[in-house]
Amino acid sequence: MRIKKHPILEFNQKEKIKFTLDGKELEGYKGEPIASALIAAGIKVLSRSIKYKRPRGFFCAIGKCSACLMKVNGVPNIRTCVTKLEEGMKVEIQKGKGDFN
Amino acid sequence: MTDIAIIGGGPAGLSAAIYAASLGAKVTLVDDGLELGGQLIKQTHKFFGSEKQFAGIRGIEIAKKMIQDIKEYDNLEVIANATVTGYYEDEVITIVQGVNGDILKKLKAKRIIVATGASENILPFVNNDLPGVYAAGAVQTLMNLYGVVPGNNILMVGAGNIGLIVSYQLLQAGIKVEAIVEALPRIGGYLVHASKIRRLGVPIYTSHTLKEAYGTDCVEKAVISEINQNFEFIPGTEKELEVDTICLAVGLSPLSDLLWQAGCQMKYVPELCGHVALRDDNMKTTKDKIYIAGDVAGIEEASSAMLEGQIAGLNAAISLGYKCDNYQEQDRKLKEELKELRDNPLSEEIRRGVEKALIKEGWD
Ligand code: FES
Repeated sequence: MRIKKHPILEFNQKEKIKFTLDGKELEGYKGEPIASALIAAGIKVLSRSIKYKRPRGFFCAIGKCSACLMKVNGVPNIRTCVTKLEEGMKVEIQKGKGDFN
Repeated sequence: MTDIAIIGGGPAGLSAAIYAASLGAKVTLVDDGLELGGQLIKQTHKFFGSEKQFAGIRGIEIAKKMIQDIKEYDNLEVIANATVTGYYEDEVITIVQGVNGDILKKLKAKRIIVATGASENILPFVNNDLPGVYAAGAVQTLMNLYGVVPGNNILMVGAGNIGLIVSYQLLQAGIKVEAIVEALPRIGGYLVHASKIRRLGVPIYTSHTLKEAYGTDCVEKAVISEINQNFEFIPGTEKELEVDTICLAVGLSPLSDLLWQAGCQMKYVPELCGHVALRDDNMKTTKDKIYIAGDVAGIEEASSAMLEGQIAGLNAAISLGYKCDNYQEQDRKLKEELKELRDNPLSEEIRRGVEKALIKEGWD
């Protein structure tokens, strides 16, 4: 969900773009972090812990905690909280430590 | 080759960069965020503090102004979206850049100012790894920078200034804050903030903490409990709250990895919230070429971070032979201002901490 009205801030998000999560098409704004577009789309689980497969979500937003590592355009372990969303990006929830296949 | 490499583009790093560049030094600012400005770009509240350090102005406006200012210097280069990974004896730092971290750069710098800031603390409670448990700074990023609603019903943990301010910002964005819990028997932040929030109907439970979170794939419920003076749960006082988001505002720790690696002498100073580098009053560490500024030197606030940045920027430039009209006077003024800023009862711990981390003259 997006904030519609704010007493102080204006969000200059103009360009809506499309990307996919595990093949499903979603929308976000150009230039925002991938993780923020996912959360706005109602997706909270961004990864799974390696051993017990516990769900992991966004936590620190500054690229320091590793909870948001995902596979982006085929490359695993991308910190989606500090990576900008681009048109047509292929985002996937990665398995385990991630691979290039 | 650069004169001064500044690591971190938050309030401290930006201030240091501007000051040093204004004296003619060649400055390279390296920042790992998506945008410059550190935490400042998310602060919608007006600043307290001294007039010269932008009191009464919103953090986002201060950040905008500084980011504008750095563009005015041809001798100031910014390397954005890049992480400094190491420091080597011959004054070389290594920088990793690019979405996949596939660009490796080396930079030789005569002086280095480390202004890496802090990272947020986590709290031990059952299921604290569930999605929907966010650090306070992350909540600010989502809602103030990108206009994203972090959740519908929030439990805020911590009634220090960050907990109070972020709660207020959530309410401003039209999001429900169920309650604020604070483990201490009193509210840690400014009471002006606390009463504003109370007036908006949010209960603040002191001597309470979060015990457990529940949910399958994300937070669905939280259990809070009263605690005694020894911070032990008091059985029978548990309350269940229907929340989908838990926001942790339980303190910050200095991000000092690089200083450890560089071999600066470090000290654990609880008043400054963790391990910090020993420094003299010019913000120089035990390594002659390394300076520090901002939260990495001890958790404080943006106004003091900006002053420390200016002090470090000025003194690093002077040490390289750059000239400043009446340096003594400028230097004294900045230090005086920093002292004034800390001269209030709420800063007592900070003063004690700074004292512990300070290298006095004649020290060897
Ligand atoms: S949310 Fe912590 S690294 Fe991305």
